Amino acid sequence: MTATLTRADVASAASQKRRRRAPGWLAVVPLLAFTAVAFGLPAIAMLNGAFTVKDPTSGVSSYTGQNLTSSLQGPYLTALIGSVKLSAISAVIAALLGLPLAQAVVSSRSRALRDAVLTASGVLANFGGVPLAFAFVATLGNAGVLTVHLGLADHGWSLYSFWGLVLVYLYFLIPLMVLTITPALDGLRGQWREAARNNGATGVQYWRFVALPVLAPSLLGGLVLLFGSAFAAYATAAAMVGSAVPLATLQIADAISGNVLVGQENVALALSLDMVLVAGLVMAVYLPLQRRSARWLDA
Amino acid sequence: MARRLTPWRWAVLGLAALYFLIPMGASVLFTVDVPGQGITFDAYTQIVSADGFLSSLLLSLELAVATIAVVLLLMVPAVVALRLSAPKLRPVVEIVCSLPLVVPPIAFVAGIVTVLKWGPDHLSRTPLFETFVAVQNPAFPVVLVLAYVVMALPFVYRSLDAGLRAIDVRTLVEAARSCGASWPQALVRAVLPNLRGALLNASFLTLALVLGEFTVAQLLGFQPFAVWIYNVGGSQAQMSVAVSVLSLLVTWALLLALAGAGGRDRTASSRG
Repeated sequence: MTATLTRADVASAASQKRRRRAPGWLAVVPLLAFTAVAFGLPAIAMLNGAFTVKDPTSGVSSYTGQNLTSSLQGPYLTALIGSVKLSAISAVIAALLGLPLAQAVVSSRSRALRDAVLTASGVLANFGGVPLAFAFVATLGNAGVLTVHLGLADHGWSLYSFWGLVLVYLYFLIPLMVLTITPALDGLRGQWREAARNNGATGVQYWRFVALPVLAPSLLGGLVLLFGSAFAAYATAAAMVGSAVPLATLQIADAISGNVLVGQENVALALSLDMVLVAGLVMAVYLPLQRRSARWLDA
Repeated sequence: MARRLTPWRWAVLGLAALYFLIPMGASVLFTVDVPGQGITFDAYTQIVSADGFLSSLLLSLELAVATIAVVLLLMVPAVVALRLSAPKLRPVVEIVCSLPLVVPPIAFVAGIVTVLKWGPDHLSRTPLFETFVAVQNPAFPVVLVLAYVVMALPFVYRSLDAGLRAIDVRTLVEAARSCGASWPQALVRAVLPNLRGALLNASFLTLALVLGEFTVAQLLGFQPFAVWIYNVGGSQAQMSVAVSVLSLLVTWALLLALAGAGGRDRTASSRG
């Protein structure tokens, strides 16, 4: 490590002899040490718990795959599938709506509009949770303003359903998409569009053959981020639907707060592990994409 | 060319504005137009005197400040070093900072609960036990700061990395060093000012994350702002919605204040 550093330094510029004093990786050590404790310990605890069963009578624990098996059966499996379905649908809709919005903001070239939208997105993207649920309950819940004034209940509307949750999730997913995709849209050079136009391309052709291929990795990366965000969301669902819609997060919370039988904590840890695996699978798609988008937008 | 896009752009922005403003407007209407009482502002006037309002809000703000400080102190030197002299560690840091995305907060808190149980279960006779008690002090639960820093890592990393990508760090640092600046000087006076947008963005995201965080705090049994709102919601619908609206406004005001403080001389560098 030090050897390559030295060589690189000598090669880059002879004027920087003092540069070598502190190796660069020292600056990364605190970060890695911190995550090892604050993130590594809980992760290990979760893994360990997911594979252990404690005999209630003797108090002896043993390793087993039993928790994982139970976490993939019955209500736990339904909840997991419900979570995946909800997140996938909301993420796709949010990406489809967020891209035009971000493009509208970027192409307007209005500094004020841009600042306003990006700040608003920053707030709204994190406006998940309880306040969001309450705001929607006040708007479209059973006694909500719109529900009452427009008589939506007569048309079979219910906020406390799958599609109700999708509608609410979009409220923080679209801004998240805008935040994610705006840097990529900024990276689209005006020259590329001009070059395409000079070669006789129409606006649609420019988007189809130049902009979208360059954006594709960022777009997919954003999609993955949205999926993860929706998949992990707990507070909104907890405050809004209680357990009317089966979701993995709600099941785990029930088990942690001791609302179910003793001994189910470890099944909850196994279900957590299932969630991690699903999210990890998605991330495995995401990281290579991230690298591809960086290649185009870097330079 | 930009002019040609105008009608399309306004349609998109208009629809977005409708979707994002209607729930806000309806919520306000819901809180002031109480059935049977007509227009009343009781829901708002009662908030300040409500039990636990101030203490939970203060707790959330303290947690936010601590989290932002810790996460920036950890991340800024690391990402700058990655650009300058340790590019080989880049994949490692990238993965470490992406891991929290893979672990949903609910799974994370399930792990934390398990770790915290080790305290009374196995460590009650060791000095480490004191640490376990201390991090769970309800007046200022350090364990929440630890959790929030981890949860903020992906966003902070993305934001700082994007900021660094936009500037030529190596040239900046080399120029500063050639002019006789020490390492810390080069970092603080040459790199950081150019990273202002990214730093603010990272702080925004972290602030908003902490102020709105519910999952970890609730399941660990603490009562910052979001948990307090949830608890109030059970008994007083009007007031809980009123607080929700206010919490959004407060968050917004804080972020705008931060943006105003940082954005004053940003215009020059923004075009780059």
